[in-house]
Order: sequence, then C-alpha cells, then structure tokens
Amino acid sequence: MIQFDNVNKWYGNYHALVDVSETIAQGEVVVVCGPSGSGKSTLIRTINRLEPIDSGTISLHGADIHARGVDVNQFRSHIGFVFQQFNLFPHLSVLQNCTLAPVALRGLKPAQARDKALALLERVGLAAKADAFPSELSGGQQQRVAIARALAMEPPVMLFDEPTSALDPEMVGEVLMVMRDLVRDGMTLVVVTHEMGFAREVAHRVLFMDQGRILERAEPHAFFNAPQHPRAKQFLADIRSPFARGD
Amino acid sequence: MIDIIQTYWLYFLVGQFPNGPLGGLALTVLLAALSLTLALPAGIALGLARVSPFRAIRWPITGLVYLVRGVPLLMVIFWAYFFLPTITGVKTEQFSTMLMALVAFNAVYLAEIVRAGIVGVARGQFESARALGLGWWRAMRWVVLPQALRSMLPSLVNQFASTIKDTSLGYIIGLTEVSFIAAQINTQVFTHATQVYLLLALTYFTLCYSLSRVAYVLEKRLNRRTAAPARVPLSIEPTTNPAA
Repeated sequence: MIQFDNVNKWYGNYHALVDVSETIAQGEVVVVCGPSGSGKSTLIRTINRLEPIDSGTISLHGADIHARGVDVNQFRSHIGFVFQQFNLFPHLSVLQNCTLAPVALRGLKPAQARDKALALLERVGLAAKADAFPSELSGGQQQRVAIARALAMEPPVMLFDEPTSALDPEMVGEVLMVMRDLVRDGMTLVVVTHEMGFAREVAHRVLFMDQGRILERAEPHAFFNAPQHPRAKQFLADIRSPFARGD
Repeated sequence: MIDIIQTYWLYFLVGQFPNGPLGGLALTVLLAALSLTLALPAGIALGLARVSPFRAIRWPITGLVYLVRGVPLLMVIFWAYFFLPTITGVKTEQFSTMLMALVAFNAVYLAEIVRAGIVGVARGQFESARALGLGWWRAMRWVVLPQALRSMLPSLVNQFASTIKDTSLGYIIGLTEVSFIAAQINTQVFTHATQVYLLLALTYFTLCYSLSRVAYVLEKRLNRRTAAPARVPLSIEPTTNPAA
C-alpha cells in the first residue's frame, strides 16, 4: 500500500534518511521506534509530503506521492495525520474542527458533515464536547478530537507522529484506547511512538530506526525478546532501565 | 467658546453643504471610513502576497512595501496630486486623490501587520490544515488568517487611528475636511485660535477613542470562548505527593 524505494533525505549536510526501502501492506499496523534524531518522524512526515525527499520514490497504491505536478492535496486528503502537538484549530469548536475539511474538500452538506462528525466524536468518547473549544479540553481529549478530525476524511491509512508524547501520563491510555479501536477495524496504521507496551500489544511489525536507517524490521515478539542489531539491543536496554519510561 | 460653536457648528460639521461641496467633520469621517474599508482588504491581499510561496508575487510586492514605507505620507499625497495627473492626463479632484494616497499608504502598513500576524500563528496550524488536504489558500483562509486577524487587532486599531488623523493632511491640497474648515474658522474669528484648535483636537480624539472602544468590545467578544481558561498548574493542585 505504501512503498518506499531508496528514499534519501538531507537537511543541509545531515543525512536524515539513508536509502530507506520498505513496504507497508494494507491493514498492517506498523510501529516505528528508535532514539530521538533517528529519522522516524521525518520518515512518517515524508509519507504525506510534509517533508520533501531528495531522491527515491514513495508511492501510495502505486502512485508516486513526491512526483512533480501531482495533486498533493488529493493525496493528503486520503492520508490521516495525527501530530504530537494535536494542532486543533483553536478558533473553531470541536465539531467545526471535524467538519471543516469534509465540507471544503469532499463537498459534504454541513448537516451531513455534522452527523458524521458527531458519530466520530461519539466513537472517541467526546460527543458531549462537540460545542466546546479546544482550549476547554485536556490534552488527551484534544488528541482524541484530532484523531476524529483526521477520520472525518475517511482516510484508508492513518499516520501518528508521537501521538502521546506531549500528554501527561494519565492521559496516554485514553488515546491509545482510541488507536486500538482503529486497529480492530482493520485500518492501516503507521505509528511513531515510545509506547512499547502499545507496540508489543497491537503492532504487526516494528521498524527500528537509527541515524536515518531502518536497522531492524521484526514482529513485536521477536523484536522485544530477541533483537538482532546491536543498536536495537542497546535501545531496548535503555528504555527498560528503571529511570526511563518504557514498557 | 460657546459663541464660536453657536456660530460655526454647522460649517464645522458639513462645510458649505448643501450650498456647496460637502466638507468638515462629515467629509473627514467619510474619507476615513472609505480609506479603512478599502485599505484593509488591500492590506490583507498585500500581506498574503508577502508570504506567498511564489517569488513572482512575493518579490515585487515586497519591493513596493519597502518603497512606500520609505517615503512620508505627504510625499505620497503630492505624487497623487501633482505627479499622477501628468501621467494619466486626468486631473483628479482632492477627495479621490486623498483617498487613493491614504489607501495606498495604509495598505502597505497593514500588509506588514498582516504578515506579522500570519507568521505569528503557530506553524503546526498551517501544517495540520495542509495535512487534511486543504490547499495553501484554503489553509490561509479558514485556519491561519482568522487566528492571525485576532492577534493583529490591537495593531490594526493603531493603524486605523493613524489613518483617521492622517486625513488632516488633506488640508495641504485644499481638501475641505475638518482641519481645513477649522483653519477657515480661525481666520474668521482670528482671536480665538486656542479654542478653535482645542475643539479640533477634541474632535479627532473622540473619533479615535470611539474606534478603540469598539475594537475593545470586539476583542472581548472574540476572546470570550476561544481563550484558554485559566488552568490550575499541576504543582499547586492539592494532591498528595506520591513520592512522599
């Protein structure tokens, strides 16, 4: 469904993605992990072209996303993206956050968009907050709205860029619960996260990145119990140390 | 002072109208209102051009902004009054000349306010709008500009107040706005300059003060729902310390 072919990306002299090739299948749940600065956020942001790439190709259902002249908005409207910092629109109500894009891009009537948004808010447990403004919500609630906002475009794939990293610890669970719900529905998910418990439980595959390279790809069980690459061993040892948050 | 008001109040308010052209305070208010309504959209358009991803749009407008910002308003008025007719061949009368000069001058200043407002909106806002599939223009129109305009409101009001006061420069090209009329009254009663110009000052003050009151109420209304409610910082919440 999503295919990387020899993707390279530079920030000035810094080689952020090094010959990345990878295929993500439809319905697959892939967790990308690795130390900070390893390129995992860059990787996920190239999928909907928030970051340009310097060489290689990334395709969605066989269509080159980074090709010149493609309608990038068309691509993006079929790829849900959830940010670390939620990025809800503060001047719009929760409901309006979820209806803006469907009305503007899918030509939905306001009433249809409203019904659909309410159903999605119900699904993330926030239907009662439809008329609230983002500033009136907790971080966990804001992130759940952000997920509903992305789902309102009915994307076949959802990308999560450290969705729980900006949350107070007690709010992480509610967001992961919503994400688990998406996995149950068979949606394709690519998740950059430090929540190793989540990875172990719901991921089909774990990609371990360091210094712009995908060093290890494995099923969660194999990855957590018998990591192959020395850096992956080191990473897992680091996050398991009693003073770091891990699983 | 009372007798000056009693004799000249109508002249002060409307000039020679209805026996001559409209003038006085009415003309000042009309000129200011028209300038603002025309300059604001022009300023937003120029401000957007200043942040446009297209160089062909961004560079010429940036040049224009630097040029107009680098000359005094008086010069712009002189250009419009003396220079423009020599190119177009059409002699413009004072009101439209003054209106053009004010709109051009203020649009450029507003453009910089708009640009600063847009740049001040968190980058993630634009990004998340684009990530939903909204194009540059829609992301600006529905997500960035509404937030930018809110934060720009105090600066906009500042510029608007300037515009109101700048209408007095119409005096220089013989536009019969309220300062011109006040000068006329002064030559007629010529021993009461202090009173006449005090009245004039009060008039401008009242105009600008009402504008800032309107803006204040507007700002309060805009912020009522969307501003973050004061949240209690975690550290002073009355909880038991789990580490204790």
